[in-house]
Amino acid sequence: MKERVDWPPVETVPDRAEVLRLQGIPGGVALPRRIVQILDEAMAVYTEAAEPRALVQDISCEAFAAVYRGEGRNAPVTPIEGVVDRAKTLMLFVATVGGCVTERIRDLFARNEPAHAAMLDSVASAATDRLALLLGHRYPAAARDAAPNDVRTLGYSPGYCGWHVSGQRALFETLGPEAIGVTLNASFLMDPLKSVSGVLVAGPGEIHRFKPSWAFCADCRDKPCLGRMPSLPIASTAGAMSRGVEGA
Amino acid sequence: MSILSDIAAGLQKGEDDRVAELVRQALDENREAVTILNEGLIAGMRVVGEQFRVREIFLPDVLLAARAMYAGLGLLKPLLARDGIPTAGKVVIGSVQGDLHDIGKNLVGIMLAGAGFEVIDLGNDVAPHRFVDEARDRGASVIGLSALLTTTMPVMKDVVDLVRSQGLHGKVRVIVGGAPVSDAWARQIGADAYGYDAASAVERIRTLAGAQA
Repeated sequence: MKERVDWPPVETVPDRAEVLRLQGIPGGVALPRRIVQILDEAMAVYTEAAEPRALVQDISCEAFAAVYRGEGRNAPVTPIEGVVDRAKTLMLFVATVGGCVTERIRDLFARNEPAHAAMLDSVASAATDRLALLLGHRYPAAARDAAPNDVRTLGYSPGYCGWHVSGQRALFETLGPEAIGVTLNASFLMDPLKSVSGVLVAGPGEIHRFKPSWAFCADCRDKPCLGRMPSLPIASTAGAMSRGVEGA
Repeated sequence: MSILSDIAAGLQKGEDDRVAELVRQALDENREAVTILNEGLIAGMRVVGEQFRVREIFLPDVLLAARAMYAGLGLLKPLLARDGIPTAGKVVIGSVQGDLHDIGKNLVGIMLAGAGFEVIDLGNDVAPHRFVDEARDRGASVIGLSALLTTTMPVMKDVVDLVRSQGLHGKVRVIVGGAPVSDAWARQIGADAYGYDAASAVERIRTLAGAQA
């Protein structure tokens, strides 16, 4: 099965707290009115400019092993191998909020509106993560239908958890996300920039648990795994996803 | 409260129209441009920088203040140039070849300008020789390199090597930054400094430029 998904932008608007976190503003802080206004404006611009869409495709464990191997530059041992080995279903995916948002961000910088530009950038980044979360809620339908209380779907991306970013090439060759307007450059960078790629892994929640104490974890600033692991036993959730950059 | 204090206060509030108006007024009162710059705009940005460092204010506040700084600086620049007043230093910045991310680089550029530096922003996907050529030809003392991918990080070393091979080591310092970049990486490739974030990059560049002077 290979399927394109399109969302109305309003369904992909991210949580305000997550946007503020990306701006370095912790939860519970009383925000000045001017910052709230900038956030509101950024959310509105996002809703107007975003064109959120995704492409997903089933993949067997054997076929995924070849994609994952990529150009042979992964860390010698990674948590992804253990997770995938115990998975019920795997799906490749690429999702994007489109290129118009990035253009609007650049335009705001060019017009000397850096606060608005940076806020819109954070909104778009959080929305990109949310796309992967939404995919995780929707797919894989068969696995979720078979065991709705047991299956958890989380995404893993090239550039994170020891999966080298050069793995993007094999993923793109297999999935063909050019069909939704997402391409890859020589540095394995996706265009539009606000895109996310990887594999959706569905299986019992416990398969996604691992300690972020691998050598490559030291270079990962955000550690999104820490944010999504605590929610695993409670509800079906995809958690925060990576954005296809390594070590962020 | 003097007009210079008013400028600094307006800048801290991010009131760009008000800052521009006050700078015009100060010039009408025959205050020297360099005095308005140092005791009004830069003094205000110093307070903003310190408040940001101790997390009393956040990124949007800093960027609003930077916009106000630009509003005032735009009026002063021709006068500063006419009077031969040097900037805090010249810095060439850009995202390295193969990398199209520019948000971090843009933030560093804005904060550098706010700290009184002349910023030569080469944009993104910049070839190593362009960094070095621009620094040499325009007399910049610091090159700031940004990368957000491990695949583009090696280009940083190419720039460092080029600076050395062209005999500019010691005259032009190189600072690196970006999500996958670390202090250890900076040392490994022979860069002069590493900036964890935009604020720390500005502090490091201030030191590098000072060491250069």
